[in-house]
Amino acid sequence: MTRTLWLGLLLVALIAAPLAIYPVLLMSILCFVIFASSFNLLLGYAGLLCFGHAMFFGTAAYVAGYLLKTYGVSVEVALIAGTLLSAAMGYVVGIISVRRSGIQFAMITLAISQFVYFLLLQAEFTGGEDGMQRIPRSTLFGIFDVSDHMAFYYVTLTVAVLAVAFFYRVVHSPFGEILRAIRDNEPRVESLGFRPERYKILAMTLSAGLAGLAGALKAMVFQFATLTDVSWPISAEVILMTLLGGLGTLTGPMLGAGIVILMNDELAQFGEWALIAQGVILLLVIIFFRRGVVGELSALWRRLRPSPDQNQDRG
Amino acid sequence: MPSDPQPILKVENLEAWYGESKALHGMNFDVREGELVTLIGRNGAGKTSTLRSIMGIVGNRTGSIQFRGKELIRKRTYQIAQEGIAYCPEERAIFASLSVAENMTLPPVLRPGGLSDKDLFEAFPNLHARRKSGGSKLSGGEQQMLAIARILRTGSRFILLDEPSEGLAPVIVKQIGTQILRLKEQGFTIVLVEQNLQFARLVADRHVVVENGQVVDTLTPEDLSADLDRVKTYLGV
Repeated sequence: MTRTLWLGLLLVALIAAPLAIYPVLLMSILCFVIFASSFNLLLGYAGLLCFGHAMFFGTAAYVAGYLLKTYGVSVEVALIAGTLLSAAMGYVVGIISVRRSGIQFAMITLAISQFVYFLLLQAEFTGGEDGMQRIPRSTLFGIFDVSDHMAFYYVTLTVAVLAVAFFYRVVHSPFGEILRAIRDNEPRVESLGFRPERYKILAMTLSAGLAGLAGALKAMVFQFATLTDVSWPISAEVILMTLLGGLGTLTGPMLGAGIVILMNDELAQFGEWALIAQGVILLLVIIFFRRGVVGELSALWRRLRPSPDQNQDRG
Repeated sequence: MPSDPQPILKVENLEAWYGESKALHGMNFDVREGELVTLIGRNGAGKTSTLRSIMGIVGNRTGSIQFRGKELIRKRTYQIAQEGIAYCPEERAIFASLSVAENMTLPPVLRPGGLSDKDLFEAFPNLHARRKSGGSKLSGGEQQMLAIARILRTGSRFILLDEPSEGLAPVIVKQIGTQILRLKEQGFTIVLVEQNLQFARLVADRHVVVENGQVVDTLTPEDLSADLDRVKTYLGV
């Protein structure tokens, strides 16, 4: 009951937020909330460290931008196209990479994402080094004008809420349980009669699709798509968000996304110092707060309250 | 049971390696429908490796493993499980991130005849009481029960059990023994790896003695009782 109340309050706060805070900053946080959740699905639940997640994010940003600029498609079409294309990419990358795990998996995904980076650098339609500028925010469903920041904020918020609900649904489904079991003990899962690769490829596809959704949305929020979106620092940043917030917790990476984006925004005036600050924070988290912000807070919460395990059981 | 000439599991000249080191040096034995066979022998003799080789969880293996007339040696672990062999490893391998109920309902139903969730909770009432607990919070005995319970869900009628009594209090061992006998009565075929002779002789139809990765003897329960000293030298106790 209290959870519903908290969720309601959060939603009200999010609806009211652009009155107090610059909407583009909020939208950027929401895009990265989706992106971090997609990464969390892979690393936190399936135990797969993808070091090239930017390829799904950035490619979808370009594709959505291209469709909007060239064909003037409506907002939802651009989002769906970006999502589907990235999901397809994730499927292919999955087939190539999921037989490996750990550092090998990370390196294969990094290599593929670098390959994608150079393809997009060379491709005509992306504008190469200049990037793709002046991406229009077209109409929603071909009817509603959502081009101003305030209106587009609510589009972004709706998409983010739907994406997070989807993520929640996936990790709490039987499929999500199998993913967690694979992360715990893959040989055991296989000896029960599951083919682990199939589940990992599906996880990869879903995760890439969500990352693509985030990228396509981002292209419309900022109205440009550049090589930065497909570059490895973005892949690293999403890892930072996930670890900072709390790996494998539902809300941690979302909170991590918010913290990192706000931090970047605050520190932008100091130039290179922003990166150094990021590094120091990551180090502190790894040394002192292994479970991330949300992980540590919920551990503290459990310690202060009697274990719900024992109370609920006798019912 | 000896009247049934067709074994459902026939292991011939099975050799297995973990990397460079060879664990099995040509195992030969078979198991007939409805039988409960134990593998006994010293630590490191190759009992667990035999079970792992049947499931395909070793580095490399050669020879022949025929299950219901099908050759398993080239199949992958999940395919072997899908053929109807259920494996309950020594370390139990309860998924720590999942609750008891989630652990229980995770395995796929591979063929009809598996126990429903309701049957399972009836057979293991302690697990029902703890169904919402995390998998890592169970006692050793509860973990063992959960590990056995969840493989019964798949519908496999052929079970490989690795040292279910290990590290458990005598009263729990007795409970587990009762469960195993019940499975046997229900027609399950069971291969049991066991160090605990007292436990093994209560439940088994036949004992296969393993030494240095080979089968050196096969004993009936009568042999075991008649010649306990010889058996004890096999086990090194």
